[in-house]
Amino acid sequence: MGNPPPDSGPEQEGSPVATDRPAADFQQTQATDEFKELRRTHRSFVFPMAVVFLLWYFAYVLLAAYAHDFMSTKVVGNINVGLVLGLLQFVSTFAITAAYVRFANKKLDPKATAIRHELEGDPEGVRP
Amino acid sequence: MIHASLAPFAAAATESTKVGNPWINIAIFGAFVAVTLVIVLRASKNNKTAADYYAGGRSFSGTQNGTAIAGDYLSAASFLGIVGAIAINGYDGFLYSIGFLVAWLVALLLVAELLRNTGKFTMADVLSFRLKQRPVRIAAAISTLAVCLFYLLAQMAGAGALVSLLLGIDDRLGQSLVITIVGGLMILYVLVGGMKGTTWVQIIKACLLIAGTFVMTVWVLAIYGFNLSELLGAAVETAGDPNILNPGLQYGVSETAKLDFLSLGLALVLGTAGLPHVLMRFYTVPTAKEARKSVVWAIWLIGAFYLFTLVLGYGAGALIGADRILAAPGGVNSAAPLLAYELGGSLLLGLIAAVAFATILAVVAGLTITAAASFAHDVYASVIAKGRTTPEKEVKVARRTVLVIGVLSILGGIGAQGQNVAFLVALAFAVAASANLPTILYSLFWKRFSTQGALWSMYGGLGSALILIVFSPVMSGGETAMIPSADFVLFPLKNPGIVSIPLAFFLGWLGTMLDKGREDRATQAEMEVRSLTGVGAEKAVQH
Repeated sequence: MGNPPPDSGPEQEGSPVATDRPAADFQQTQATDEFKELRRTHRSFVFPMAVVFLLWYFAYVLLAAYAHDFMSTKVVGNINVGLVLGLLQFVSTFAITAAYVRFANKKLDPKATAIRHELEGDPEGVRP
Repeated sequence: MIHASLAPFAAAATESTKVGNPWINIAIFGAFVAVTLVIVLRASKNNKTAADYYAGGRSFSGTQNGTAIAGDYLSAASFLGIVGAIAINGYDGFLYSIGFLVAWLVALLLVAELLRNTGKFTMADVLSFRLKQRPVRIAAAISTLAVCLFYLLAQMAGAGALVSLLLGIDDRLGQSLVITIVGGLMILYVLVGGMKGTTWVQIIKACLLIAGTFVMTVWVLAIYGFNLSELLGAAVETAGDPNILNPGLQYGVSETAKLDFLSLGLALVLGTAGLPHVLMRFYTVPTAKEARKSVVWAIWLIGAFYLFTLVLGYGAGALIGADRILAAPGGVNSAAPLLAYELGGSLLLGLIAAVAFATILAVVAGLTITAAASFAHDVYASVIAKGRTTPEKEVKVARRTVLVIGVLSILGGIGAQGQNVAFLVALAFAVAASANLPTILYSLFWKRFSTQGALWSMYGGLGSALILIVFSPVMSGGETAMIPSADFVLFPLKNPGIVSIPLAFFLGWLGTMLDKGREDRATQAEMEVRSLTGVGAEKAVQH
């Protein structure tokens, strides 16, 4: 199979980006409780969040396309519902971003780091 | 907006231009080119390996890369197009800012970090990781090149008209010359600087663009006592139409237009995370954590920028008015430069004009290096040379590809002058969302996903998007169409996303379910473990 050359060292057949360290048994790792826990933690955040923001975005797009009267209702001065909802899209995007960073730093990184260090055999990485 | 806003670029070409002083514009632009060239030359000293050339040695910090992403993403269509669209069409222009921003959550939550952990240089690295190398890599390279080329042509053609407008060059020959100069500069940056040089150009450009728009935003708000409601009131007064604050001015005219709007909304929100030049930027940082930081930083910058465009758009509507904007050379796209001239005279106009040049240059450079990397890494090294090549040879091929792509985009840009270039940008987003995103998501999250599913989804998404565009009103059957004299419209919408994106997702599922072969369990496990933990991820290059 046509694999691109690596930057350093020989490369494994069938895996274009494999590095030259001894191959870890990924299937074994994949079956461990630690990894399953990491995958569950990751997906239990990103999937619901993706559904929420996409629904909220499409609700907004649909309102803007079909509910002109509602969107044109004045709230304060010249500021109408459409503008407020539009600005709320910015707010929700910033909020989800901040929430994800907090979550990833606190919940994902320690778990991922532990598994990585275990696989790479780096004793410093295994934190109590 | 993408459809409507770029079209008048073409119209601008034939009219005369008398705004500001062209020599100030040229001087400021020249200074930008001089400064960035020096930086590119300095950055290129360490361009030795393929990782240096394609991924800037993976040595950029998250903050730097996030700024570069913003520089890559905020094209002239974003800056001039959205400001103009809000000034003319009011609220409907604002809807695009939102789509462009919210799209980044797809990249942040589902793609960026996992991609950084599993890939090396290109999108195809990830897509072909656990599937059959050759066919998937070829398909991914084809869709990468297609998206980049459409994006490039649009930028180059837009550059010609915009630069001509701002420099006061009216005739076709002069414009062609300008396109050649812009193209030549871009080739020089990418050839010499590689990804490192390109990244620095994008960082500088992002800073200039955001600083410039920030100053103008504060200026406009100050005129109205920092009261948004008063600014909106003034915009209504100048426009003489309260509907400028309400949705539907542009997209509410018919049921087809509403559906078209939904289709564009879908393409925008799902297209970003499938744009190859955006995806490639995730490889320029040392770790997945830095990739996360880059996206977060990019979201803040891009979000802030789109908030500025709201103020600038209504500001241009209030201070200049739709009639004067549309009458100016450049039409709807001249709103931002005209506003700069209104606020700060020739000097501010010169600065904003230089920022607009820089914007096009940086975006074009980013697209070129992505296309060159994909050709050299995916097509040449993997398919033509069948892996029997060296990184040095591969980089040499990449550099030659830059030359070829540069010449092609100069010729294409000259050829596309006076054409409706807008459809190219919309096409790039729709193609990216249809051809790339389903396969990216499936291969990252769906264990059973197979080679056949990937090929059906990529070719089906790419093909259906292209075919629907050819038979859409963008190509024929109207004054603003590419071929106004013919009429072979079979599909009523300008944007194919609402059909081609769900179709590509469906084909990916169907192809997988009907695939009799089974993919390698071991590489699936490897990809999943690596994507989430970062084991064996590509490291930064040490110099």
